[in-house]
Amino acid sequence: MSAIPKGPRPKHLTVGRIGLYCFIIMCALFFLMPLYVMIITSLKDMDEIRAANILNLPKELSFYAWPKAWSQACTGFVCEGLKPGFFNSIKITVPSVIVSVALSALNGYALAFWRFKGAYFFFGLCMFGAFIPYQVMVYPLLKIEDFLGIYSSLPGIILVHTIFGMPILTLIFRNFYASLPIDLFKAARIDGGNFIKIFFYVIIPMSTPITIVAVILQVTGIWNDFLLGLVFAGRDNQPMTVQLNNIVQVDYGVAEYNVDMSATILTSLVPLFVYFISGRWFVRGIAAGAIKG
Amino acid sequence: MPFYRNIAAKIALLPMIVISLTVFVGCIIYSFVYSLTNSKLVPVMNYVGFDQYDRLFKQRKWDVAVENIFIYGFVFTVGCLIIGFLLAVLIDQKIRGESLFRTIFLYPYAMSFVVTGLVWKWVLNPTFGLENSMHMWGMTWFELDWLVNRDLAIYAVCIAAVWQGAGFVMVLMLAGLRGIDEDIWKSLSIEGVAKWKSYIFVILPMLRPMVVTAIVLIAAGVVKVYDLILALTSGGPGYATTTPAMYVMENFFSRANLGQAFAASIIMFISVVCILAPWAFYEFYLRNKYANN
Repeated sequence: MSAIPKGPRPKHLTVGRIGLYCFIIMCALFFLMPLYVMIITSLKDMDEIRAANILNLPKELSFYAWPKAWSQACTGFVCEGLKPGFFNSIKITVPSVIVSVALSALNGYALAFWRFKGAYFFFGLCMFGAFIPYQVMVYPLLKIEDFLGIYSSLPGIILVHTIFGMPILTLIFRNFYASLPIDLFKAARIDGGNFIKIFFYVIIPMSTPITIVAVILQVTGIWNDFLLGLVFAGRDNQPMTVQLNNIVQVDYGVAEYNVDMSATILTSLVPLFVYFISGRWFVRGIAAGAIKG
Repeated sequence: MPFYRNIAAKIALLPMIVISLTVFVGCIIYSFVYSLTNSKLVPVMNYVGFDQYDRLFKQRKWDVAVENIFIYGFVFTVGCLIIGFLLAVLIDQKIRGESLFRTIFLYPYAMSFVVTGLVWKWVLNPTFGLENSMHMWGMTWFELDWLVNRDLAIYAVCIAAVWQGAGFVMVLMLAGLRGIDEDIWKSLSIEGVAKWKSYIFVILPMLRPMVVTAIVLIAAGVVKVYDLILALTSGGPGYATTTPAMYVMENFFSRANLGQAFAASIIMFISVVCILAPWAFYEFYLRNKYANN
C-alpha cells in the first residue's frame, strides 16, 4: 500500500481547505476525547472528580490512583490490583504467540510448497472456522479440554488461542509463501533439501516481514481477548482484561473512577505500545488479519 | 499415489486437520445434537426434538436480543462505513500531518472491547460524564442519559463500537483510494465534475470490492458482540441491551440451561452462515470461474 499521496502539495490555503482542516481536527478531537478523559481522570482525586467537569484538566495532580490500580484494587475479596492479571496475560500471550505463529508458519509452508490431495479441503475447513462465533464452540471445546485434562489451566488457554489464531495466521503465511518465487524452492529441491531442511534453511530466513505482521496480530489479539480467558484460563490465570472488568464492575463500595481509569489505561498499554511502535506493520496486519475475532 | 509420499507435509498439517475436524466441525455437530435435548446442568442425551428452539423463540429476552443485534448491526455497520469512508477521503486530500491523523483515527482499534466499553461507560456516566460537562457550561437542556435509558442504551453501545471500528474501515478504504489511477482524477477534473460528486458517484463504485469486504467482515463481527456490551452496560438496564451472544453465555455459565444455550448458539451460527455464504460464493467460486476463462 503506497502511503505517499501523489502530486504536489497545495501551496495556498483556500476557504475550502481551512474548512477541511477544521473538520478533520474536530474528528480527531472526537477520537482523542476518550483517551484524554481516561488520562486526566486517572490523575484527579475523587473529590475533584465529583465536583468538577469531566473534561477539565486536574487542578492538582494526584498519583494516588495508579499504584492502587496496579497492586491494591479489589476484585471481590481479593485486593491485589491488576498486577497478577498483567503477569497472567504475559504468561498466556508469550507462549500462545510462539506456538501459534510457529505452527501456522509450518502449515502455510506445507500448503504453499508441498500440496497434497485434500490439503486445500482441510484448509478451507480451517478458514471456515475463522467465522464461526466463539459461542458455538466454547462449550464443546471446554468438554474436549476437560477430557484432555487441561481445562482451566495455562496449557488449556494456550491451546485455545492456538486453535483460534490458526485460520488467519495460516492464511497469511500461505499467501506470503505462495508469492515467493517457486524457482527458489525448486533449486533447493535439486540441491537435495527435504521438507524440514528447506523450511529451516531457506524459508524461515525469508519469513521475517510476515512473521512480524503475524506476531503483532497475535499479541494485540490475545492481549485484548476477554471471552476465552474468562472461560478457559481458570481462576489462577485470569488475564488482565478479565481482572480489569472485575475491578471496575464491583457491585459494592464506593466507585473510584480514578482507579478504574488508571486500571483501564494499564490494561491497554501493551496493545497501544505495540500499535505506536509498529505503525505501518500494524496496518498490514489489519489488512491481512481482518477476519479474526 | 501411495500414502507415504509427501509424508512430511501430511504430518505437518496433521494438527490443522485434527483441529478443523474436531473443533470447527465437531463442535457444531455436538452443539446441534445437544440442542435437541433437554440438557440442563450437564449435557444429557434426552431427545426432545426442536423444543428448545420453540422455547427460544417464545422468550421475550431472546426477542430483545435479536432486535438489539439488528439495531446494533445496522447502526454499527453503516456508521463505520460512512465515517470510515469520510475519514479516508479527508486524509486523501494531501493534508499536512497525514500520518498523525491516521494514527489518531486508528488507535482505538488497538484497544480491547473491554477497555472501550469501560471508557465510554465513564464518558457517558449520567452523573459525572459529558452531560454534566454540558450542564456546567450552561447548556442545562442537554441530555445524555443513554446508559440508563432502556430505549437508547443500545445506541450508546453503537457509538462506542463505531469509535473503535471506524479507523479499520478507514484503513481499508484509504488503501483503495490510493490504488485509484491518477488518470481518472485528471479526466474528472477536465470534465469539471465537483470533487464530492466524483467521490460519491465515480470513486465509491470503483471501491466496491473494498466496501463489500468491509461489510462482510464487520457483519461477521457483529453477531459475536459480547465483551463490549458486558463492559459498557452488562446487558442492562434490565436486559435492554442483551444480545444473542450474551444470551448464550448466560445460559451456559450462569443459568445452567445448556439446551437453550446450544439452540441459541446454533441460531447464531446459522445467521453467520447466511451472511457469509453469498460473499464466499462470489469470492471463491464466481471469481475463480471468471479468472479461469
